[in-house]
Amino acid sequence: MNTPANTRPGLSRWVVLGVLLLASVYFLAPVWWLLVSSTKTNADLFTGNGFWFGHFALVDNLRQVFTQQGGIYWQWLANSALYAVGGAAVSTAIAAMAGYALAKYPFRGREFTFNTVLAAVLVPQPLLAVPLYLMFSQVHLVNTYWAVLLPSMVSPFGVYLARIYAGSSVPDELIEAGRLDGAGEFRIFATIALRVMSPALVTIFLFQFVAIWTNYLLPVLMLANDHLQPVTVGIVGWQSQRGIGPTAVPFNIVITAAMVSALPLVVLFLSLQRFWRSGLVAGSTK
Amino acid sequence: MTTAPPRRAAPASAAAAPPRAARRARRRGRPVALFLAPFLLLFAALYLAPIGYTVYQSLYRMHRSGLGLSAPTQAFVGLANYATALGDADFRGSLLRVLLIGVVQVPLMLLLALGLALLLDARSTLFKRFFRLAFFLPYALPGVVGAIMWSYLVAPGLSPITAAAHHLGLHLDLTSNALLGPTIGNMLTWGWTGYNMLIIYSALQAIPAELSEAATMDGCSAFGIAWRIKVPMVRPALVLTTVFSIIGTAQLYNEPAILHNVAPNLSSTYTPIYAAYDAVDANNFNAAATESVILALLAFVLSFGFLKIVQRRGAAL
Repeated sequence: MNTPANTRPGLSRWVVLGVLLLASVYFLAPVWWLLVSSTKTNADLFTGNGFWFGHFALVDNLRQVFTQQGGIYWQWLANSALYAVGGAAVSTAIAAMAGYALAKYPFRGREFTFNTVLAAVLVPQPLLAVPLYLMFSQVHLVNTYWAVLLPSMVSPFGVYLARIYAGSSVPDELIEAGRLDGAGEFRIFATIALRVMSPALVTIFLFQFVAIWTNYLLPVLMLANDHLQPVTVGIVGWQSQRGIGPTAVPFNIVITAAMVSALPLVVLFLSLQRFWRSGLVAGSTK
Repeated sequence: MTTAPPRRAAPASAAAAPPRAARRARRRGRPVALFLAPFLLLFAALYLAPIGYTVYQSLYRMHRSGLGLSAPTQAFVGLANYATALGDADFRGSLLRVLLIGVVQVPLMLLLALGLALLLDARSTLFKRFFRLAFFLPYALPGVVGAIMWSYLVAPGLSPITAAAHHLGLHLDLTSNALLGPTIGNMLTWGWTGYNMLIIYSALQAIPAELSEAATMDGCSAFGIAWRIKVPMVRPALVLTTVFSIIGTAQLYNEPAILHNVAPNLSSTYTPIYAAYDAVDANNFNAAATESVILALLAFVLSFGFLKIVQRRGAAL
């Protein structure tokens, strides 16, 4: 990568490396603390060096996490998976259709529709949570799976991304060729356009999946029933049940549960780097 | 907001389409409607309707009869809820608090993100891939997990930071009233610097290498190139990250709500969203709606105002 002629050797390079190392300590140390702490007994958390191992109790902690409150942690993980996979799949399909239509069919009001969608990307999600709660409570959707699933199915950012991608990668000639072969518009979309758009669709799915998995305010407002909650709401619930009494949840359980709930996302990010980077880049050209 | 369509999205095919194709396209109005219908229906129901409903709710108030025997009735009260909300010292305090956090934390975070992105972009930097992943890792953790982790990292009795300070003979309580703001600012900086850095870094990588090479030939230092060439060229990315950060600060909820579990002194009206949620808990929906509208307006004015200022400055340059 380096061309020797342009690289001034010595000091500046080490300074840069030093600064970057310092920054990575800032970003990695807390995660390291979480990993180390998830292997400790509750008592060990309060003594000794927080950044180094004590009594190795990871297996026991995991057992406690998955048996606490009748093994409800499994249910929370399953709920999160249902919300994230279901919501992301539906929103991706809907966004693909809408983005394709906005890119490939000229019609009156197209720019207005697109600009409205674009403006919606900037609406803070938590601001919608309170009115949605009020509306859903009137139609008795509060405390049902739909209360979280329905809002997860709309992704203005997905429509934006799908339109850009369809516009630049689905050739008009291909659509025209499909029409000459006598294929209907939906068939052309399903068999030709969707295939060409698939990298963008993975990106949309990924971003929506992460947004739903990490969402907290909407599900905590909508779901009072423990058994419907996603893992984020469940863990925070445990965290607030500290102190003494029969329902108290010790720190080591909360820490291990938090660590476990982050694993699916970290794995997803590491294995699909290509896609989330392209999503971010699309965002930065706006 | 963004009124101009994005550069890359310019539908050249549609604009340049011959009239015959346009006519044929118009006959295909039905498929457009079918393709758009699912999204537009959900968008109307779950984006536009809540916004309208909030504004509506903010103009009404529930009236209960003295004994609470008959059903409460909804009465139009105009802007009275707004006067109540803005007259509420707790709510005003929460607005000021996020404003202060935003004014201090957002510039610090973006400067850090820009600096790290420039260092990563420098030609001689080693281990780029490792550093990029290390900085981005916090974004890959769910916000709630990050907040729980930090709440324990600052909680008295559990915090390794407090323990280290104690060894040095310092009494440090990161959950004390005075330090709550910096603690939350740190949680935000930790969680979002890597995300912003990556957006800026991607923009930096799009700058053609010849530009830096030419400047180097002219005797420009690496710092000079960064300041005079790279930073101006990633302006759009900086504007975007600033707008996203302003909106993000306005919706501050998870961090204070979770920190509250280890810092009971943190009030439930610490941030506006927190206050609105508190009002929902107390069944005061009209107050919650009013507070939501005020916050939405504030976020809109600030992010839009920032865009306007940037545009005017950009035109002058």
